[in-house]
Amino acid sequence: MSRGERWRRRGPLLPALIFTIVITQIPFLLTIAISTLNWNVLEPGEKNFLGMGNYSSFAWFDNYVTVFTDTRLRHAVINTVVLTASVVVLSSLLGLGLAVLLDRKFRGRGVARTLLIAPFLVMPVASALVWKHALYNPDYGLFNGVLNWVWQLFGADQGPVIDYVSKFPMPAVIAALVWQWTPFMMLILLAGLQSQPGDVLEAAKIDRADGRQTFRYITLPHLRQYIELSALLGSIYVLQTFDAIFTITQGGPGSATTNLPYEIYLTMFRKYEYGEAAAAGVVVVIGTIIVATFALRTISSLFTEEASR
Amino acid sequence: MTVSADTERNPFAPEDAAVAQKRRRAHKVKEDTSANAGAWWTFFAWLLTLVFFAPVAWMVLTSLHQESDAATNPPSIFAPLTLENYAAVFNRGVSSFLINSLMASVISTLFVLLLAVPAAYALSIKPVEKWTDVMFFFLSTKFLPPIAALLPIYLIVKQIGMLDNVYTLVFLYTSMNLPIAIWMMQSFLAEVPKEILEAAQVDGAGLFRTLVSIVAPISAPGLAATSLICFIFSWNEFMFAVNLTATRASTSPIFLVGFISSQGLFLAKLCAAATLVSLPVLIAGFAAQDKLVRGLSLGAVK
Repeated sequence: MSRGERWRRRGPLLPALIFTIVITQIPFLLTIAISTLNWNVLEPGEKNFLGMGNYSSFAWFDNYVTVFTDTRLRHAVINTVVLTASVVVLSSLLGLGLAVLLDRKFRGRGVARTLLIAPFLVMPVASALVWKHALYNPDYGLFNGVLNWVWQLFGADQGPVIDYVSKFPMPAVIAALVWQWTPFMMLILLAGLQSQPGDVLEAAKIDRADGRQTFRYITLPHLRQYIELSALLGSIYVLQTFDAIFTITQGGPGSATTNLPYEIYLTMFRKYEYGEAAAAGVVVVIGTIIVATFALRTISSLFTEEASR
Repeated sequence: MTVSADTERNPFAPEDAAVAQKRRRAHKVKEDTSANAGAWWTFFAWLLTLVFFAPVAWMVLTSLHQESDAATNPPSIFAPLTLENYAAVFNRGVSSFLINSLMASVISTLFVLLLAVPAAYALSIKPVEKWTDVMFFFLSTKFLPPIAALLPIYLIVKQIGMLDNVYTLVFLYTSMNLPIAIWMMQSFLAEVPKEILEAAQVDGAGLFRTLVSIVAPISAPGLAATSLICFIFSWNEFMFAVNLTATRASTSPIFLVGFISSQGLFLAKLCAAATLVSLPVLIAGFAAQDKLVRGLSLGAVK
């Protein structure tokens, strides 16, 4: 290939490539730079950083020490792991169940699928508000309303009044997020189920494998890639959860549901500790990259299969 | 002779009929049980579907009730329906927020397509060398959590005086959706059969002609799906919008959050507002559900 030909091929790619490098890499480098500074907007220092604000001195790695020793931040790390792991595991299992159900032909399957993906399409802030006020509200939320109705059916005057958000803050957030993310898992797993080669399933039927055997020895191995893909993409999205925490619990009570993204937000816009917030941001990036490395490997295995076809 | 000819023509006729009858009977029994099992599956699938859909249904139903019927315990399902909550939401000035959302989503989607389509072309139809590495670079930017970039972005945007400006969101949403769009468009363009492209070349069609008359028609559904995914992600975005806008450029999710703090909790009106701002994405998502999975999985799954 001649030099000119090579550049003609690269040409269409360059605008997108340059745009992406500028927009994503510069902020990240700046985050790393800021993370080494003692920079609190409320305590003006003497030097100027890129003309954008004041910082008092270099903190070097002090901010990172703070990130790992501060109890609030440690709490936030634990909350992030608990939240992400439970949402991903529960929504994957539910999504798998729903995908298996939807993989069979039944009356109104198309309608059922449409209804099932709705939770994922409702604006996340809207669904968080609806869960908080229309479902969880102790006095007139749907959950207590239904309990009350059932209790009254059996002759009681009043059903139990449970304040879900303040009694069980973490499970309340997890339930709302599982509801939101299950359709995502279901859609990917359903695509996996429907891409099963028909002749293999037919062969299994001829060999008199029953449903459970077919699922265990043919469907599950085939689905493995799809399960990994959905779990890893799910982890990356759920790790960054901000809307639901901001809306349902504001990280509370105390710091019971503060995850890392929300803690960074608080550090930035409530405490104005820019250096500390940046250090926490770098830690989140490193955590995400660890998860993402596995994700890339999974996706690349799907990808090479597609390329070799 | 005639008898033997008959048996020759159909040597196992009697047995065949008997076997067929037996098989028909066996088949019927099997069909019965599977139909029965099918009924259970159908019931179970629909039960789960309705449980999952219930919060959405409840949101819509509550939005159509009067405020006094919305906050009752036990819930009043059969209360009279009304559209007054939607009128109230419009009176509270939702329109300007919807317009901001629409601008940010549509303009950023156009920018994304403008950048992604040529890039996807360079990554699929006449791929540059090491094109998979480039694909993975784009994807890897999706793994940088936006919250980690928020601080420098906030400082830069503040410095250049672009806080509370819709075009700041347009810019950020473009970068947020570009990798997804490139992956999706790459996988759609890769489906254009090589033979047709070669045939066009043999027939003397230039690049432009090939693009317009061959590539465009084949990849048009993919283009539509990609646009919808970008639109959905932009429309629903909350973190940049809440931190980088104030009064002029706020989008619909910010309206929702402010709605409660500004006038206390009115459940039916809240549900009306939530339904209203979710509606564009619900409609778009229902229309494109087949393609949704491809966008959500960054083009990795068909």
